[in-house]
Amino acid sequence: MLHYLNQHFSPSPLPASGQAIIQNVSRRAFLKGTTGLVVALQLMPFGTAEAFPAYPHGGQSMPNGVVNDPHVFVSIDADGTVTIVAHRSEMGTGSRTSLPMIIADEMEANWDRVKIVQAEGDEKKYGNQDTDGSRSQRHHIQPAREIGAAVRHMLEDAAAREWGVSMDDVQAIGHEVVHNSLGRRLGYGHLAKAAMELPTPARDALRFKDEREFRYIGKGKIQITDLHDITTGKAVYGADVRLPGMKVAVIARPPVAGGKVKALDSTAAMAIKGVERIEQLDSTIPPAKFAPQGGVAVIAANTWAAIQGRDALKIEWDDGPHAGFSTPAYRKELEASAGAPGKVVRDQGDAEGALTGAARVFTRSYYQPHMAHAPMEPPAALANVVGGKAEIWAPAQSPYAVRIDIAEALGMKEEDVTVHVTLLGGGFGRKSKGDFATEAAVLSRRMGAPVLVQWTREDDIRHSFYHTTSVEKIDIGLDAANKPVAWRHRSAAPSFLSTFAPDEGHKHPIEIGMGLADMPFDIPNVRCEDCKALAHTRVGWYRAVSNIPRAFAVQSIVAELAHELGKDQKDFLLEMIGSPRIVDLKASGMPEDLWNYGEPYEEFPNDTGRLRNVVELAAAKAGWGKTLPEGEGLGIAVHRSFVSYVAAVVRARVDKDGTVRVPEVHVAIDCGFVANPERVRSQIQGACVFGMTAAMYSGITFENGAVQESNFHDYQMVRADNFPEVVHTHIVPHGFETHATGVGEPGVPPFLPALTNAVFNATGKRVRDLPIGDQLKA
Amino acid sequence: MISLTVNGVEREFDGDPDTPLLWYVRDELGLPGTKYGCGTGLCGACTVHLDGVAVRGCQASVADAGGKAVVTIEGLSPDGSHPVQQAWRDQNVPQCGFCQAGQIMQASALLAANPKPSDQEILDGMQGNICRCGCYQRIVSAVRQASTGA
Repeated sequence: MLHYLNQHFSPSPLPASGQAIIQNVSRRAFLKGTTGLVVALQLMPFGTAEAFPAYPHGGQSMPNGVVNDPHVFVSIDADGTVTIVAHRSEMGTGSRTSLPMIIADEMEANWDRVKIVQAEGDEKKYGNQDTDGSRSQRHHIQPAREIGAAVRHMLEDAAAREWGVSMDDVQAIGHEVVHNSLGRRLGYGHLAKAAMELPTPARDALRFKDEREFRYIGKGKIQITDLHDITTGKAVYGADVRLPGMKVAVIARPPVAGGKVKALDSTAAMAIKGVERIEQLDSTIPPAKFAPQGGVAVIAANTWAAIQGRDALKIEWDDGPHAGFSTPAYRKELEASAGAPGKVVRDQGDAEGALTGAARVFTRSYYQPHMAHAPMEPPAALANVVGGKAEIWAPAQSPYAVRIDIAEALGMKEEDVTVHVTLLGGGFGRKSKGDFATEAAVLSRRMGAPVLVQWTREDDIRHSFYHTTSVEKIDIGLDAANKPVAWRHRSAAPSFLSTFAPDEGHKHPIEIGMGLADMPFDIPNVRCEDCKALAHTRVGWYRAVSNIPRAFAVQSIVAELAHELGKDQKDFLLEMIGSPRIVDLKASGMPEDLWNYGEPYEEFPNDTGRLRNVVELAAAKAGWGKTLPEGEGLGIAVHRSFVSYVAAVVRARVDKDGTVRVPEVHVAIDCGFVANPERVRSQIQGACVFGMTAAMYSGITFENGAVQESNFHDYQMVRADNFPEVVHTHIVPHGFETHATGVGEPGVPPFLPALTNAVFNATGKRVRDLPIGDQLKA
Repeated sequence: MISLTVNGVEREFDGDPDTPLLWYVRDELGLPGTKYGCGTGLCGACTVHLDGVAVRGCQASVADAGGKAVVTIEGLSPDGSHPVQQAWRDQNVPQCGFCQAGQIMQASALLAANPKPSDQEILDGMQGNICRCGCYQRIVSAVRQASTGA
């Protein structure tokens, strides 16, 4: 997402990259060119190229594009060890394993002889590395297969040359190339040197495996590569790298975004044993992008001394222009804004006229406060800036952005900055922003020594790039027969644009396309409005972004209206979605630049048939309509995001004291072709826990511009004593021809309204304000 | 001077006796498997064993550990073959993995004290350890597996 934003603000659009070597091959043109090959390949064990027609996808238009050069990603040692580069950051989705697994499968490598190395931040070499937006599979599954097939081709070619036979007579199987009739075989280690010296084969020379021949893809049997290290404490995260002579810094940042130091007394801090230096950091003038917030750094010999030193600082702050920001007052502003016309971002038919002429208008308004990501690993990064070079170790979702930011902050050339990517102890969008790594780089240069910047949990909660806060107001006009004839959705929410450009109070197309303008219901008159809201803190993105409040509003009002009309909530949801169809952008009055998660709409359209299917699947699996004990209820919701379709049926139980429990969830996900179903299930289980935390507890409160919450006592997380106990994930099966779509984020949005709908069905209490908090307590 | 053992090795420490065990093992001993998550005993990422009992490394000080045996994730077993570690792998528990050292140390202490916990005892015993990725369903399964072998 970051790169899209950078593109948005570049004076001229960034080039799609000369490095991207995948051609934008249309399916038709590709198939036309392979006619002859198809016949020849009928003899081949790996099926035909037709089994894998190339399709255009959003990865090609990302800055620095997609690189599928096998020489960049794969090397083979003489002993047969296959080293595969993971260029996406690992924050728990499993991409560091799944993408190399796809390469290994397509190249017929044995997984136990594969070693994975993590790429540095270098998009000119590896292509786009920005790990967010649920993109790792949908943008890289195709290049990964191409890389694997190319390496296999080179190995077979090398063996054929050595034996002096035709390539048609050999095939790679299980880490060796065998001669079909002579029974000769050569291991990958033996062939490595000759094979890797061959030129990269052209794409149309490649043969791809038939899906039936996959060894690892789609099986869910390959475990994450870091599993043993994680369970033995050897896995390396942001704060775990040690360098000789390194210092630890803990920083006091301005409590109010845009504030700065007015007066500093560091006497007490310097008196603490182990504290070595106090350094003031420059504040930045918004829009500060991902620049550090400034403040005062305490640099010490160890972390404990640095924390104590930071806490002993006496600082008087100049709070700056946002000192008056208060959450209750701001909510009123949002409500007023959503109560009046905004900028029209979708206009279909005549919604205003239809509302005026409606027999009745059903209106509801929903609220969500700012939220912080709170990954278990608070931000931390190590920098060593010495001799005109900078070396960084950081849990970065976008390591190349960190590299560019640090080069700029230090006035260095990009090639003099190296960013090593550690494992991320959770990301959720927080670690897309490299402010913490820039802090380490700036301090290391000043100290002339390696510096680890460690954020405390309080720092993390109080200095995040917050998920937006919003009021979503929806009016539904009904005709005399109670049929919905008009839909007007007004969304008032500060935009993450404010982090990048002077704030005009309006949204980026990305935010408009996340459940606002792309609303799929079959209603003749639709108007969606972007209502003005100025930001007063650093607004960022958080797992699933604007989809969370939008799905909450849209899926809540559908259930509310169904109840009002005495209809079954699932049936009414399907009625609203309407017949299975591809949503026609133009006929729907959607914006021409409708955000489709960066994907070409023709290849990744909004298909209400798939949307309906996940609703029906989740409902059937959950036993929708069954009788439940008193105090329990089922709730249903569906949402398309990150070009995937996810429906959730939550069974909630509300105890007499108001405690909400979730004994069971059924989630149906249609995310196209699935390479690693085991990690899809883990992501969906996690999304339900993440969604329950957001629904139950998550709210950041500002008072006099400063965040009031600080740690897990007042910014609570779902815990092992009350979590979605059993999550059943139902994956809609597809072949490779159905493009892989997002998984990491789309499980979150439907969970919240499915939960609050279930709570309503259990108790009759409707939650329109998040978080639920104590609302259900007696 | 404080004497203690860490993962079976005798150690002496003459720094600030109030230093939390968390920072002592990470910064002084170079054992970074124990994680910092909150610093206030609210998340369990820094869980270690003190004479076999699970404690929060951010709350227990080096002085508290004087004369006692500390075990960190690095010392739970020589080769990672502790039944809890094995169960964690069999159940594919981790996502990002950051909290898992603390979860494993909590679970192993729980099972040492109560080898056959009920499901409710597992939930209660593990509720102090937050997993933001949301691996709880598998954490519970893994504790159950380590306890029963099934």
